[in-house]
Amino acid sequence: MTLRELAAACQGEIVATPGAAVAVHAAYASDLLSDVMGHAPPESVLITVQNHVNTIAVCTLADIRAVLICHGRGIPDDMLAAARREGVALLRTPLDQFHAACRLAALA
Amino acid sequence: MAAPPDQPGHASAAVPGDTGLAAADLAAEPVPGGESSPLVLLEMIHRLKVRDVMCTDLLTLDRQAPLKRAQELMRANNISGVPIRESGRLYGLVSIDDIIRALEGGYIHEPCGRHMTTHLIVLEDDMPVSFALRYFGRYKYGRFPVLNRGRTLVGIVSQRDINRVLLRELTREVERLERGHKGVNVGLGEGDRLYMLCEYPVVKLDFENAGKAANEIKILLRDRHTDPRVTRRIAVAAYELELNMCVHSNGGTLTFLVSNGRAEVVAKDNGPGMADVEWACRDGTSTANDWIRSLGFGAGMGLPNTKRVSDTFEIRSTPGKGTTVRAGFALQPGTRDGEAPPA
Repeated sequence: MTLRELAAACQGEIVATPGAAVAVHAAYASDLLSDVMGHAPPESVLITVQNHVNTIAVCTLADIRAVLICHGRGIPDDMLAAARREGVALLRTPLDQFHAACRLAALA
Repeated sequence: MAAPPDQPGHASAAVPGDTGLAAADLAAEPVPGGESSPLVLLEMIHRLKVRDVMCTDLLTLDRQAPLKRAQELMRANNISGVPIRESGRLYGLVSIDDIIRALEGGYIHEPCGRHMTTHLIVLEDDMPVSFALRYFGRYKYGRFPVLNRGRTLVGIVSQRDINRVLLRELTREVERLERGHKGVNVGLGEGDRLYMLCEYPVVKLDFENAGKAANEIKILLRDRHTDPRVTRRIAVAAYELELNMCVHSNGGTLTFLVSNGRAEVVAKDNGPGMADVEWACRDGTSTANDWIRSLGFGAGMGLPNTKRVSDTFEIRSTPGKGTTVRAGFALQPGTRDGEAPPA
């Protein structure tokens, strides 16, 4: 699915997107970065409330293409900068993790 | 009357291990001794403490001493500042500026206590030298008084003091390299040819830089067209080990080496070590505090994750000394599920 489809499905917005058209093929919901590191599939979108720069570092290493920040939480500047630098897409939704995951599951 | 500074400087509130601009500039300077020198220097400014570089032979005065006496001390000893101390406590500092003002204002015979500088930035003796360098870069002072934990004045440090010790340590390092000794035992077998060796210092609780070594390793592998699935596994192991050292250890070194089709990530820390290694390797066990957990770490999955993604895994720990973890990888895919080599 594309970022646009993702954002529309969870009433969200695209905060940052890399130049190339990003498509994700899987999703993972977790707020534990070590859990993400160990179990999130590559080329996926991460559904989380962890709105900080380490999340982007984990995504870069684990080949996660997009992060969906839940609860409409703010995106710190350093996280946004890291996402742009590393080419990780960043989205935000007012929904919580469970409901965001349900909406994405319905898309699949 | 001036009170002794309550807090040892703003520096105590800053993040440990932040290399800062001055340190980065210094590390970027070319140093004789090969490509690894900037890294050696970086490691050095993190490892060395302010107490290792400071001058402890202090010339001080009490608050009743006239400014004239401070001026004489400065001239006779070729120094640019005199700490004002009583019973070990630092009350202020008389600098050349203070003396010039006293001469202009005609109060050079008045006591130091009345005209000294009291808003002081001080360093703590157990801060890393990287801190001190950052403070020299940020504030344009020529020297900083150094306090210990009990807030007693124990020394004074100038950039010249730091340069002197760094030069001495660098000389030792070069001698050590020339003798052919490596800081980390990289565990190469006999006849193995080493293709790549990278060392990254990891600083305790330095979350700002945590993960950078793992990222660099990943880029190195990608640039050499290593299989992306193997690259991902190595990057995950490197990240987990790097974060583990950052969260749980007193700091250490992450080493990455490639030889004869194998890669190894070695995390060697400086303590505190673990009594029960088996317990630490179990999923979900952790000694991390709430603050670290709130960052999404400390869930007790680091070592199990590392074990799962690596082809060989070895951990050794001595309580009170430190822990060494080695994660090994075959660079050619094919030994694991879903990693069959291309037909």
